[in-house]
Amino acid sequence: MAEALLAIAGLSKRYGALTVTHALDLEVVAGTIHAIIGPNGAGKSSLIHQICGTVRPDEGRIRFAGVDITRMAPHRRARLGLARSFQITSVLPEFSVLENVATAVQAQGGSAFRFCRAAAGDGVANEAAAHQLDRVGLLPRAGVVAGRLSHGEKRQLELAMALAARPRLLLLDEPLAGAGPEETARLVGLLREIRRDCAMLLVEHDMQAVFALADTITVLAQGRAIASGPPDAIRADPAVRAAYLGEAH
Amino acid sequence: MRRLVPVVLFAVLAAVPFLPLGQEANFVLLLVSRVMVFGLAALSLDLLLGVGGMVSFGHAAYLAIGAYAVAVLDANDITDVGVVLAVAMGAAGVFALATGAIALRTRGVNFIMITLAFAQMVFFAFGALSAYGGDDGYSLAARNTVLGWPLLKGRGYYWACLAVLVVAYLLCRMLAASRFGRALRAVKQNPARAAAMGFNPVALQLVAMVVGAMLCSVAGVLLANGAEFVSPAYGTWQRSGDLLIMVILGGAGSLHGAIFGSAFVLLLEEGLGRATEHWRLVFGPLLVLCVIFFRGGLAGIGGRRG
Ligand SMILES: Nc1ncnc2c1ncn2[C@@H]1O[C@H](COP(=O)(O)OP(=O)(O)O)[C@@H](O)[C@H]1O
Ligand SMILES: [Mg+2]
Repeated sequence: MAEALLAIAGLSKRYGALTVTHALDLEVVAGTIHAIIGPNGAGKSSLIHQICGTVRPDEGRIRFAGVDITRMAPHRRARLGLARSFQITSVLPEFSVLENVATAVQAQGGSAFRFCRAAAGDGVANEAAAHQLDRVGLLPRAGVVAGRLSHGEKRQLELAMALAARPRLLLLDEPLAGAGPEETARLVGLLREIRRDCAMLLVEHDMQAVFALADTITVLAQGRAIASGPPDAIRADPAVRAAYLGEAH
Repeated sequence: MRRLVPVVLFAVLAAVPFLPLGQEANFVLLLVSRVMVFGLAALSLDLLLGVGGMVSFGHAAYLAIGAYAVAVLDANDITDVGVVLAVAMGAAGVFALATGAIALRTRGVNFIMITLAFAQMVFFAFGALSAYGGDDGYSLAARNTVLGWPLLKGRGYYWACLAVLVVAYLLCRMLAASRFGRALRAVKQNPARAAAMGFNPVALQLVAMVVGAMLCSVAGVLLANGAEFVSPAYGTWQRSGDLLIMVILGGAGSLHGAIFGSAFVLLLEEGLGRATEHWRLVFGPLLVLCVIFFRGGLAGIGGRRG
């Protein structure tokens, strides 16, 4: 069998006495959505940070698309096709919404060390950006300065920026947190549509969305994977019900 | 409307030599040349600070490096401005590359302190050059020449300063608007997001530092020619602080604001300096008021930004 798109083996991370990732093995297969659930403080965001390269693991290996990325700088991982949304929304606040996404397009399209032509006049990037904004429903706000967006809009923008990079794997840290029912429905629909183009590692508390979207679910508690499998198996797992599902419902 | 501001600024600078200034002409032209030279230095710092988000507290070191390139070559009877500029920009660029690569490993206050420390190293190193007068400085035998012509004298010096400033401004504008500039502004706003997009923050900032250093060294060359004198005082930390003040007062990131900032600081220094030798006592509070009331800097007056 071919290697999974993302393959994590024996990953560990400690902060002093606190182990946030404990000998974790995890795979994301191309074309699938792998959801991570678990109570607050389980180490979900820490795991995302280690995959992105913003936190260095103490032990273990991370391979992405056949390349060992364990010690690779974040920007180089991004160029391999790894995109992410942050748990705390993170956009370029002084740029317009369109500029945010166009910049994301340009970040993937060749060298940043081009000094002459004006970046704003790049019609191809602007068009690609507008297309992504349309997908997330933010096109009417294209001209607004990103810092002025509402929280929900910023999250939509982050998603558009991540998609604009045409990633092979999208890491989403609680993309539905704080979203109303309508927005949630729209985003779930969008994620379902996106999955055809790129695999996802989805950290989310909304169980309905997780069970609707995920092909595989891993339950994390205190840095350990206490269960992993298809949604039906996870739903039935007594240990999971006790540790997590019971308290979330 | 606001796009016209830089055009008007340069038009005014070009008109100054034609004003009926009478006896004051030489004094005014010297003062305005100084404004332009420091405007150039502040402009180059704005590339780091306003575009790249780097609070460099050692930018005057590049003024000193440019000035000492003039002095060292002068002592060896080399006065051609082409050679001088190549040496000045080369030295400043190499110094920025080496120190920037180290400084950019840090952020925030540490970055400020480490750039200051490197600039102090330059300051003391030039002070120790006894062949060039040590702390007392070095008087040039002659001003630089352009293809053998002594063009950097009198009004020629004024026009040279203006020409260099305009070219540098257009260059910075082009850089800031390019893909490189956009990526750099992304790094300034949110380095983590920029890296997650695929930009290498350190590489982008390092290139900006090198370009800014090279431009600033040109200001050092002009400064040395205007004074016909070079000393380590070109690179004091107070001067680095003045440059930061010029950029922030003028409106960081606006580029032309740096020239306003230079004019404001130097004219105020001149005016207050005549009234009292404790002019900095007045200058300080004035500065605070400016920062409070003109959030976008002088370049932001009369129009809202962001
Ligand atoms: N930089 C850090 N230093 C110390 N402790 C940290 C750090 N980052 C996260 N933690 C701790 O690690 C644990 C897991 O955090 P996190 O990965 O954010 O959990 P989750 O996203 O699952 O809620 C928490 O107890 C948190 O306090
Ligand atoms: Mg979290």
